[in-house]
Formats: sequence, structure tokens, C-alpha cells
Amino acid sequence: MGLVLAHDTLYLTVTDDPHALKPRSFQTASSLRSSRLRRLQVNHFSSIGYKMDWQGQKLAEQLMQAMLVAFAIVAFIAGYALESFQTMLLIYAAGVVLTSLITIPNWPFFNRHPLKWLDPSEAEKHPKPQPASSGPKKKASKKAN
Amino acid sequence: MHSFGYRANAFLTFAITILAVICAMASVSDYFNSPSPTSQVQVLNINWFQKKPDGDDEVSLTLNISANLQSLFTWNTKQVFVFLAAEYETPKNSLNQVSLWDGIIPSKEHAQFWIHITNKYRFIDQGSNLRGKNFNLTLHWHIMPKTGKMFADKIVMSGYRLPEVYR
Repeated sequence: MGLVLAHDTLYLTVTDDPHALKPRSFQTASSLRSSRLRRLQVNHFSSIGYKMDWQGQKLAEQLMQAMLVAFAIVAFIAGYALESFQTMLLIYAAGVVLTSLITIPNWPFFNRHPLKWLDPSEAEKHPKPQPASSGPKKKASKKAN
Repeated sequence: MHSFGYRANAFLTFAITILAVICAMASVSDYFNSPSPTSQVQVLNINWFQKKPDGDDEVSLTLNISANLQSLFTWNTKQVFVFLAAEYETPKNSLNQVSLWDGIIPSKEHAQFWIHITNKYRFIDQGSNLRGKNFNLTLHWHIMPKTGKMFADKIVMSGYRLPEVYR
């Protein structure tokens, strides 16, 4: 479920993604159309400039934690066995650098489950609901006075 | 995890926390080390033994210090600070400790040593109590870790005695 602002009215939208409870950005119908056209022109690595999708974020977090813990365990065992503190620190530092290169940038494999936003033409099919009464508008004008 | 900055911050915090954990584990591993150091000191000569003009006794010794402190070193040891102290009792003080020599041992290879020196620091009493005094020579050490707790211990060698008269 999600919300789309189109024609100055909020619409409910439906997606399959269970993590998409509240989207963080709203787009008007016109900008949706233009951004879709923009996406068709870009190449495969364009995801670097955009945000990760929800599944990608979960993968990035889990991958980051698992890799750091794994490298820490390997580093400690290697350092203890070789009786070298420096070995432990070097292996861990290499693990930190590798993990940062894999999990921090927005690689394409973090965007394999993009959110399916409601198509703007769908929004137009559903009529704009009429306001229940003109009461709120009258109160607003009274406050202005 | 929705932006580069968010991920970078979470990653850095977690990485540093994990680093603290492995350093703590390295420090705990020091408790499993059971060291067996040995040492021996010979007083080869009393060079001179005088009462200073201000009333305090002073003695100069030539010492032969040999020790094997290799078992003190672990993978988490940065260096070992070692010093030799003369310890004795006077009517005024129940324990007098005068440091005669110290040194820093940077690695296991240097931990087995034999030196022939006069005392590096002056052996001056607080008063005039040293004639005929029995004293211990105690080798103290501080094991300084790379991370974590510093351990200190000592070996007491007794049976040393200063002359009855000044020389």
C-alpha cells in the first residue's frame, strides 16, 4: 500500500512489497511521467544515483554485518595462531575495506526488487472524491478575518 | 539503509564496535598465559660507601644482572618495563624501595639478558641507616599490552648485606 499525490489529491496505491509501508517521497502525476521517460534512456549502472529498494536495503545491512563479523573471527583466529597482533589488524582492515566497497555504494544487485508504483493512468481512471461539505472552507475564511 | 550516508555511518559504527570486541578478546587471552621468569643478581663490588654532607648515606655498587623474561611476552605484549630495586627496613620506614636500574624490553628476543653495570640511579638512604644493613634486591616488571590490562609482578632475591663501615 502506498500514497500518491496526483491532481492535488492523495490516492492509495497498491504494491506487492511488504516493506513498503510508507514511501518517503511523493511525486505528482506529471513528474511521474517525465521520470519514467528519463529512466528509459539511462544505462544499467544508473542505480548509483538513486536510492536502494527495500529488499536491497535489507540485503545491504545483513551483508555488512555478516561480512564484518566473519572477517573479525578470521582475523582473531589468524592473529592468535600466528602470535601476531599486527596480522589480526591487517586482516580485519582488509575486511573492512572490502565490506565498504560491497555494501555502501548502490550497486545494481541491490535494486532487483524495485517498488511497483501505481501507473498514473490508473489514478486517472478513479474519479476524484467530492468533499463531504463546505464547512472546513467556511471556518478557514472566518479565521483569516 | 536508504542512503549512502546512512549506510556509511552504520557500517563505520559497526566496524569500530567489532574492532573493540576483538581487542578486548585479545586482552582476555593474556590471562591464559602462565609465565615462568627467572633472574639472578650478583653484587660484584661496593665501589664506595659514604655519608653525604647533608647526613644521608650513599652507596655505589657494581652489579651483574641476568634474567630470562621471555615467558612474559604474548602476542598482545607491546613491551616489558623492568627495574631492580633495593628494599630494606629502617626504624623510620617499614619499607624503603630504591630503584637502582631500569630498562625497557621491546621484544621477546631481547628478554633474555645479562648486564654488568654500576647502579644507574643513586642509592641514597633517607638518613644514615645503611651500615651493616641487610637488603633484598627485587626485580619488578610491568608487562605493557598492546590493548587491555597491564600486569605487574616481581622476583625477590634476598641475602645481600652492606658493609659495617664506610669505605
